[in-house]
Amino acid sequence: MPEAAGEKWRADVVGIFFIIAVGACLALMGAAWGIDTPFQAQMWTMLAAFILGGAALLSQIAKPPVADKASRYENGVIKAGVFASMFWGVAGLLVGLIIALQLAFPNIFYFPDFGWLNFGRLRPLHTSAVIFAFGGNVLIATSFYVVQRTCRARLAGGLWPWLVFWGYQLFIVLAGTGYLMGITEGREYAEPPWYTDLWLTIVWVVYLLVFLGTIWKRQEKHIYVANWFYLAFIVTIAMLHIVNNLAIPVDFAGSFSYSLFSGVQDALTQWWYGHNAVGFFLTAGFLAIMYYFIPKRAERPVYSYRLSIIHFWALIFLYIWAGPHHLHYTALPQWAQTLGMTFSLMLWMPSWGGMINGLMTLSGAWDKLRTDPVLRMLVVSVAFYGMSTFEGPMMSIRAVNSLSHYTDWTIGHVHSGALGWVGFVSFGALYCLVPWLWKRQRLFSIALVDWHFWLATIGIVLYITSMWVAGIMQGLMWRAYNEFGFLEYSFVETVQAMHPYYIIRALGGGLYLAGALIMAYNLWRTARGDAPALERASDVPAAGVLAAAE
Amino acid sequence: MNLDQAAHYAQTGGLVLLTVCFVSAVIYALWPSNREKFSKAAYAPLEDDNND
Repeated sequence: MPEAAGEKWRADVVGIFFIIAVGACLALMGAAWGIDTPFQAQMWTMLAAFILGGAALLSQIAKPPVADKASRYENGVIKAGVFASMFWGVAGLLVGLIIALQLAFPNIFYFPDFGWLNFGRLRPLHTSAVIFAFGGNVLIATSFYVVQRTCRARLAGGLWPWLVFWGYQLFIVLAGTGYLMGITEGREYAEPPWYTDLWLTIVWVVYLLVFLGTIWKRQEKHIYVANWFYLAFIVTIAMLHIVNNLAIPVDFAGSFSYSLFSGVQDALTQWWYGHNAVGFFLTAGFLAIMYYFIPKRAERPVYSYRLSIIHFWALIFLYIWAGPHHLHYTALPQWAQTLGMTFSLMLWMPSWGGMINGLMTLSGAWDKLRTDPVLRMLVVSVAFYGMSTFEGPMMSIRAVNSLSHYTDWTIGHVHSGALGWVGFVSFGALYCLVPWLWKRQRLFSIALVDWHFWLATIGIVLYITSMWVAGIMQGLMWRAYNEFGFLEYSFVETVQAMHPYYIIRALGGGLYLAGALIMAYNLWRTARGDAPALERASDVPAAGVLAAAE
Repeated sequence: MNLDQAAHYAQTGGLVLLTVCFVSAVIYALWPSNREKFSKAAYAPLEDDNND
């Protein structure tokens, strides 16, 4: 993109204006002719967003394209991403705590007068908020940071990265408010309705082009491995999103649509998407964070760069086949179930290879774990990555799955990955990014990072151990027969037996949320200027952290 | 070509293609003359300046 100031027509401004103008017209038509009230409400939301976006764009036209001249890199959109990540992170964890309490104390947290607060509507709000709103913003922000630094090139596309950022926030708001109003496609982790899917497709293609454009104009010959992981994440999510969401709207002025697939093909497509959302969104993307932020924070090179290349390609080639393990004992043909199980088991190798590579990057710097809780958080995240990628393949074995499937064991497994791996590696990256972006010597308080670390760690341990016990107990109770061949327990007896574990789970979630609130406060104080500013170029934050801890 | 034939070619072709791709990636990663390049790349995150 041309970066010359004062150019009369800027391609990025014209392009974004075109998208906003067309979007606003369509949203207005949808609001006027919508056949259901939630659809109309969503169209008004879109219209308001496009009008605000257009106004923001007009205010940018007068300014020169290079807004943040303090740096050779584009940092503004990354700062916005850090803020959005923290905001959505706290929101998503809060909704998670609410639904955990609804399960533990249904008589207290059931609100018959407020249907939109029902568990069935809050649950997708929680999953989408933590995965896509929190995780997605962390991935977009860190990818923009890492690709610029490792390519030594400014982010491509002028204002286009800002369309990615705000467009993605609009997607989140539309999806979240839609769930509360009862709009859903009923597809796990792909609940947003068809028009929201179309909007995300536009945003995602722009994201891909911005990322590729930055790689294209790189000053470094070699493309660093983290960028490969980010690229795999962006490309694969585009493919999964488009195929899984192929649908025909019942009415172009309504929110309801039918999937293009039906029956077992639909189920397979759904879990091909669902498991690769885990593999490429929650794994590949965050492995990119691992491969940049752990070496950077530990001030050590990647343990084995060759292993990182094999890690990448093995993960890419294996993960895409693992989805059918979600459909054991269903109408899916047995050979397809076995295929999914076999590839899941093979995933042990790249997963553990990657984990070893991340952990061994600390060789020569292990002592930093004592003094730097941010590095400790990053390293513990890799340990949880190893643990949950061991547990996952084990649970994909058909015989194990016959016990674990549909029980809370699955919920515990997902959260050891989500809270332990995705959460901690994201927190570690955000703790690194804030002092770097806002030019501070260090964080406002290292002690608060320690508090966050221990509260969150204890929270995760409570969460996953209670869910192991609850899940295995639930599975065993479901399959228990008495001497006459009848089921030993009724369903409600299994629910009753899980009550104490649901309370422990909610407690664990509460501790995890408390840690995130401490983090938000700490980052806010750091960014606001309550941590000393960087004076010299040689004052790298990592050195400041060590000095402060002494 | 009927569906069975198409599926046969896709499955066999896919197996060969993906295996060749993966093996090439591993050979690329382990090729001795690439060692120096990769050893250098391992330091990439440490080379940039946080102040930028």
